[in-house]
Amino acid sequence: MQLIELKNVHKRYSNGVMALCDVSLGISKGEFVFVIGASGSGKSTLIKLLYRQEKPTKGDVYVGGVNVARLRNRKVYKLRRKLGIVFQDYKLLPKMNVYENVAFALDVYGLKSSEIRKRTLKAIEQVGLKDKLRSYPDQLSGGEQQRVSIARAIVNNPKVLICDEPTGNLDPDTSMEIMKVIESINEDMGTTVIMATHDKDIVNKLKKRVIVVDKGMIARDSMKGKYKNEGV
Amino acid sequence: MKAFRILGRNIKDSFKGVFRNFSLSIASISCITITLILVGFSIILSYNVNRFTADIEKDITIVVFLDNDVTNVEADMIGDQIGKLPNIESVNFKSKESVRQDWIKEDPTLEGVLSQYDASTNPLQDSYLVKVKDIEIIGDTADRISVIDGVYLAKYGEGTVEELVNIFDVVKKVMYIVVVALVLVTAFLISNTIKITIQSRKREIEIMRLVGASNMYIKLPFFFEGILLGFIGSVIPMATCFFGYDFLYEKLGGQLFTPIIKLVKPNEVIYITMLVLVAVGVVVGAFGSYRAVKKHLKI
Repeated sequence: MQLIELKNVHKRYSNGVMALCDVSLGISKGEFVFVIGASGSGKSTLIKLLYRQEKPTKGDVYVGGVNVARLRNRKVYKLRRKLGIVFQDYKLLPKMNVYENVAFALDVYGLKSSEIRKRTLKAIEQVGLKDKLRSYPDQLSGGEQQRVSIARAIVNNPKVLICDEPTGNLDPDTSMEIMKVIESINEDMGTTVIMATHDKDIVNKLKKRVIVVDKGMIARDSMKGKYKNEGV
Repeated sequence: MKAFRILGRNIKDSFKGVFRNFSLSIASISCITITLILVGFSIILSYNVNRFTADIEKDITIVVFLDNDVTNVEADMIGDQIGKLPNIESVNFKSKESVRQDWIKEDPTLEGVLSQYDASTNPLQDSYLVKVKDIEIIGDTADRISVIDGVYLAKYGEGTVEELVNIFDVVKKVMYIVVVALVLVTAFLISNTIKITIQSRKREIEIMRLVGASNMYIKLPFFFEGILLGFIGSVIPMATCFFGYDFLYEKLGGQLFTPIIKLVKPNEVIYITMLVLVAVGVVVGAFGSYRAVKKHLKI
């Protein structure tokens, strides 16, 4: 079985919008996948299904062998511990500094403080923010804040890194820097990366697998794909 | 070991939470403080009303007059019969001779009249002074006594006593309702204030969920925070109760307006009241926060 597998997934929101229609796909361990599509194409819904922000109306979603569709609210944390999630708006806690924001993700495991410190520092070093440990989010640039959120996402050594438009708020140069960080995580740690994006340049430059979502269906799924103008 | 580390971190977080949202915490705490002071006040007041009622009730006696021709042996038997009735606390015989002596001592006019009689011609009647256990059915008890052979009359100040008992009953019930209502209002206020606290920390909870915190891990700090807020909020009411009532008691000399209305001694009431206050604060705080955080765990 592949690391991530969607089988005949349908998603209809309570307001009647059909976001996904009979989507099936598989992603293996260590892959780097872009999910692209216009606004309202169902791309965000697809990403949200993976970390069970949403539940499918029909069909199964397997992540690391767990059927996310059947996961009860109380047990969601077990799935999330296998994942790292990066958002467009960073989702950092403003009253915590860089170190605390990253360590926050490990606090919940009940590890020893020395272990937390070791792993937190390692993750922060990995994203290149070693000299900003004590800074607070509002003292950092957008790119730096996104690095903090990436550090937080990878600090628990997740199998999968899910990125929901991580460069959406960043200028092209900063975006490329962020992409380098994410790519190195994929290559060095073997973490599977799934990234929803709008950014043409990034997709074309990195030449990874591209899944195009359109009108709730998978319009194209190609290895080393490019961002074409197919209604996207 | 892991569980202890998590628990320790939770408690630390809850302390942090109180200070991080200091203004909101102050709001909750003062809210708890004010209501608990009122609750404490009502508890002490109802204690005193209870005490006063009990004192009055203790003094209420059924006076049982015996027929004039009753012999001493018959009088003893009547006493036994009364003692066997339900709801009897105590039965004391008072002979007509001792009544005569009492009256002579009390009043010079009566002395003039009564000294014309000696023990054998005494016009007064032998009587029993009967105390009852439950004042509310004193009428029924008096009726039962009056049908005993040889009993001339059983009186207890009908009407006045019943009215008094009714009034105190109403006062007591009103006090209970006030206390319960205040506790409920406190619960509601605390729960609401903590809801606002949590609302302002929605983002924190959302992120905790996203990084894989279990629901229990998220709830516990709020739970402890609620306990902490409840506890801090009950400190001032407890102190008010402790020093305030003591001061009042000393100032008033242990009575309210007249020696008839005696106040409850401070050490009989303040400790239990303090205990109730801290318990209400803690339980309500914990419950309010626990309920409030539940809503935000659907992310």
